[in-house]
Amino acid sequence: MLRLENIHKSYPMGNQSLHVLKGIDFGVESGELVSIMGASGSGKSTLLNILGILDNQDEGSYILDGTQIDMISETAAAELRNRHIGFIFQSFNLLAFKNAAENVALPLYYQGVRRRKRNAIAVKYLEMVGLADRAEHMPSEMSGGERQRVAIARALIADPSIILADEPTGALDSLTSNEVMQILKDLNDNGKTILIVTHEAEIAEQTKRIIYMRDGKIVEDKSGTGHV
Amino acid sequence: MFSLDQWQEILQAIQANKIRTFATAFGVFWGILMLILLLGAGQGLQNGVKQNMMLDAINSIWIIPARTSMAYQGMPAGREHPLMEEDLESVEENVAGIDLMSPENELSGEFDVRYGNRAVSFPVFGADSEYFGIKVSQETVNGRSINRLDDEQRRKVAIIGEQAASVIFDEGVDPVGEYVQIKDVNFRIVGVFSFESSAMDQAQRIYIPFSTFQSVFNTSRDVTLFAVTTAEGMSGQQLEGDIVKFLKQRQTIHPDDNSAYWVHNQEEQHRSVNNLFLAIKIFIWIVGLGTLTAGIVGVSNVMIIIVRERTREIGVRKALGATPASVVGMILQESVFITTVAGYTGLVLGVLLLEGINTALVALGADLQFFNRPEIDLRVALSALGVLVVAGSLAGFVPALKAARVKPAEALRAE
Ligand SMILES: Nc1ncnc2c1ncn2[C@@H]1O[C@H](COP(=O)(O)OP(=O)(O)O)[C@@H](O)[C@H]1O
Ligand SMILES: [Mg+2]
Repeated sequence: MLRLENIHKSYPMGNQSLHVLKGIDFGVESGELVSIMGASGSGKSTLLNILGILDNQDEGSYILDGTQIDMISETAAAELRNRHIGFIFQSFNLLAFKNAAENVALPLYYQGVRRRKRNAIAVKYLEMVGLADRAEHMPSEMSGGERQRVAIARALIADPSIILADEPTGALDSLTSNEVMQILKDLNDNGKTILIVTHEAEIAEQTKRIIYMRDGKIVEDKSGTGHV
Repeated sequence: MFSLDQWQEILQAIQANKIRTFATAFGVFWGILMLILLLGAGQGLQNGVKQNMMLDAINSIWIIPARTSMAYQGMPAGREHPLMEEDLESVEENVAGIDLMSPENELSGEFDVRYGNRAVSFPVFGADSEYFGIKVSQETVNGRSINRLDDEQRRKVAIIGEQAASVIFDEGVDPVGEYVQIKDVNFRIVGVFSFESSAMDQAQRIYIPFSTFQSVFNTSRDVTLFAVTTAEGMSGQQLEGDIVKFLKQRQTIHPDDNSAYWVHNQEEQHRSVNNLFLAIKIFIWIVGLGTLTAGIVGVSNVMIIIVRERTREIGVRKALGATPASVVGMILQESVFITTVAGYTGLVLGVLLLEGINTALVALGADLQFFNRPEIDLRVALSALGVLVVAGSLAGFVPALKAARVKPAEALRAE
């Protein structure tokens, strides 16, 4: 369902440039649960941003759900992010002045769904992540684990074809990490395609396929490991 | 684009950021408030000056004979040369460009105006019916003014100033139709007039037809002064020159004698007063536009800060599907909304303050020589508000566009 070929990305650093991705090739099929493993600074987030069309590559080709993602307009990119991609971030990225349900409903706002309707849908998704009673709570009133579950509900609400998660457990203790991972695994069992970026081996080991990155390159692509 | 849903989004953002909203709003509020107060004060000044200087028709010229200052054709300097009725008739016949014309004489000597057993001393004047078209600040509030038939038939009628009427007649008595005695002659009151300026007590005057005045009180038939207005297309300066030249010839006065007549040309005064008004207006607009500009700069600064503060939020929204247009719309709408509400509040408060000052001035009976009825042209106020709203949206537009262009990945890295 997505395919990367020879992806390169550099960041300008003063009058030099930092070559972060040095020719990335891989594909993800529908229904996969993949992790991208690598040390901090190896370019995982950069790769995920390109996959999420949050940034563009300097070179190479990226096809998502049959759409060639170069030279598409920012408006078309917004539409793709809205309907095809769900994001989960390490720092949750909830809007502080919106309650849980309103945060979850935000992608539907950008689809023009009426407030009442989208908030009702949001409550259903909060139920799915076990937060039915927290719908009216503000992010500041919730624990890290709860916030991340709100973020998961938000990533799911538009029924995207792929979930991209950047260090989803990076800010959580091991107990809540496991809860969050369990939710993601359950989602995958129900057919959702999920791609997780992490530097923690324990997290990566819970996925069906691990892509190892080092210094901007894929060094190993290991399938069929220990998904329990 | 401006759906109810979007309004709710914006109101929520505004509520979440009361301080920055207040900061933006206050600059705009203050700018408009100051502009309104300044414009109001300027208008008050203008009204005050007008009240004191604009008692007569703009195009009127008043002429009073004075002593000569130059010897001429065997006659010494310092000679008096009273005007006679014939002189005025001759002016009217021979000088072109006169519209209205009237003599004015004041009754001299010790006398009282009597009504019943009441006797009060008031100035009594004789004037033609046209006089009241020249003295525009005088207004009939009851009955009528002196008319042409009164002139022609030398009727023994009088009009009386409000103030005089209130002294002579008890409350509840309608002066119109009553008879007063002036130097033992009965005059029927036909009208009561008010006088616009409180700075002069002309509302104490009593006027009778000039023809009656001359035949009853002034058999020497001389005229103290007269007034004319210029006909359409005639300049005041020109007419003044023509009349004086004609009179000098007729009264055998040296053509270069500039003291022989005392002339008051309202048009000239009007011009200088107008220049003063113009100067006041320019000053007010400069200060006002300065304040407005400060408000706009304030708005744009705060908008830049807002966009910077919200960079991460904008990144999140983009990741969730916000298009560049929706980002621009969101920031712009917020900016316009705050500017409009704040500006409108400033406008309403400014108008209320002006009204308050006005009411206070009236209530205190304050009679400021050069300040009266501060007020604001609502159209000017609304256009100022419009300018501010447009400027506010432009001020929001640049940072909004910038925010819309930032890559989501970059925005998400903020702070
Ligand atoms: N926007 C950016 N500008 C400059 N350098 C960046 C930017 N984003 C990431 N980098 C650098 O690129 C390298 C890879 O970063 P990243 O993709 O975040 O790695 P990871 O997620 O694997 O830790 C790091 O050295 C980081 O400092
Ligand atoms: Mg990272």
